[in-house]
Amino acid sequence: MSAVAHGGATTSVAPGAGGPPPDAAAEKTGRRWTPYLLLLPGMLWLAIFFAVPMVFLASTSLQTGSLEQGYVLTFHFQTYVDALQSYWPQFLRSFGYAATATIAGALIGYPLAYAIAFKSGKWKNFLLVLVIAPFFTSFLIRTLAWQTILSNSSPVVKFFQVTGLMDVLQFLGLTSNDQLMASKFAVIAGLTYNFLPFMVLPLYASLERLDPRLLEAAGDLYASPFTGFRKITFPLSLPGLVAGTLLTFIPAAGDYINSKLLGSTNTTMIGQVIDGQFLRVLDYPTAAALSFVLMLSIVLLVSIYVRRAGTEELV
Amino acid sequence: MRGQGPVSWLREHVIALIAALVFQYMLLPNVVVILFSFNKPNGRFNYEWTKFSVDAWLHPCAAPGMCQSLALSLRIGLLATIGATVLGTLVAFALARHRFRGRSGTNLLIFLPMATPEVVMGSSLLTLFVGLGLPLGTNTILIAHIMFCMSFVVVTVKARISGLDARLEQAAMDLYANERQTFMRVTLPLVAPGIAAAALLSFSLSFDDYIITNFNASSSSVTFPMFIWGAASRGTPVQINVIGTMMFVLALAAVGGAQLVSGRRKRA
Repeated sequence: MSAVAHGGATTSVAPGAGGPPPDAAAEKTGRRWTPYLLLLPGMLWLAIFFAVPMVFLASTSLQTGSLEQGYVLTFHFQTYVDALQSYWPQFLRSFGYAATATIAGALIGYPLAYAIAFKSGKWKNFLLVLVIAPFFTSFLIRTLAWQTILSNSSPVVKFFQVTGLMDVLQFLGLTSNDQLMASKFAVIAGLTYNFLPFMVLPLYASLERLDPRLLEAAGDLYASPFTGFRKITFPLSLPGLVAGTLLTFIPAAGDYINSKLLGSTNTTMIGQVIDGQFLRVLDYPTAAALSFVLMLSIVLLVSIYVRRAGTEELV
Repeated sequence: MRGQGPVSWLREHVIALIAALVFQYMLLPNVVVILFSFNKPNGRFNYEWTKFSVDAWLHPCAAPGMCQSLALSLRIGLLATIGATVLGTLVAFALARHRFRGRSGTNLLIFLPMATPEVVMGSSLLTLFVGLGLPLGTNTILIAHIMFCMSFVVVTVKARISGLDARLEQAAMDLYANERQTFMRVTLPLVAPGIAAAALLSFSLSFDDYIITNFNASSSSVTFPMFIWGAASRGTPVQINVIGTMMFVLALAAVGGAQLVSGRRKRA
């Protein structure tokens, strides 16, 4: 229906009866600086407090010295080598956990987004509120609640034990000692949970935009519902899926709240190392090098992914 | 025969069933937070259900330091929201309404903070502040919060401006409204819901941030998330759950109210 209204709009505006005032050229000169004036304060803020700090970070990573005696820029690249040698397991773990949480999020987020977009009827708005509702409570408080949910005396753990899911997880190497807390599983489940809305909302947005007439046409041409999904719905939802995976993967790779509150020393993620090096060990060059490597590897991974997602290979 | 029994019912409703399960997963922690706000724990930690009690609700500030941290977070959240909303809305208007040189560069600078892990943003700001010799505290937290909230404001407000029907502004101009009048009486009121949504988003991002804040705070500027983080190792007072429950209920009420208002307006 909105498409029809839109079509009507174009025809009525096209003759230009009421368009912009005729003295557009005169106004243009006055307006030339308007966008820059609008941009100036915000862009200055981002330049000074986002872009410049990145330069400081890079510079710090190449300095030597100590916090008391001051640092000097010596282009000491060895810091990078040492830092990577010491902490590559935490790096790999972070990317592994983030990737697993992203895939899990897509697997459980897709049916949810699909159901809200196509099956919810008048409940649509209510369900959308439910998707963002967990956000309303501070996410540290919710992560603490997961400690309760996953603790040994909780019904969830009993359920996992009775149904044999615990054995499956143990077999997969995700848990140990017949408990959920302080395991890989707990950290990944926490990451999946915390970033799920970031997966569901873009997916929903792209599914919602889908023209149902396309599916009707597919049905008219004797496509089964599954073929319709495979050839129409899924490909058209790919932009949402790509956005959702990025919005999940990037923050999950840098997160350390889940691994700290739900994991153990065996599940330490790289964010926790960076935090500790900066705020407890006070080894700024190492911490800056780790932080810089984290960002570069994310940029690299994301650009490879986006390039591949842009081609048919992913479809 | 096979297609008409419970199997076909299941096939019809399998997506709804999965969605219901996912909702349970998403809302379970909130239920636990609410439930455990009525607990009376034995030790310092509030993990196991012991006894029903409304103590924490009657004395929400009894947990030492918690209400101070809450007040600080509210103050920072409010100021960061004002800063980020003003700066971001101006940028959004520039991007949505003007064609100018450097537009794609601007878009990139807006996008990057959203695509940078928090730990990198927090630590790079720390190196800046340390390098410049700026003392850490409320001001540095505020600077950081305005920075990372701004991009979200720009995106939210820009979407609203782009979705506006240009004919409404043209109609105002046709009726001899000048540019200023058109902006104040037509454009701004139409964009206002987007600005309000952006402000709410900013506030919740600022109020909830731990990682970036922790890098740019001092021992005298403990925000609410920092307080919770500390409590996670020292002992979690039940009052944390009370605040969590209040946040949940207040936000739900606000969203419900907004839905009601917009629904009524749409019908009118």
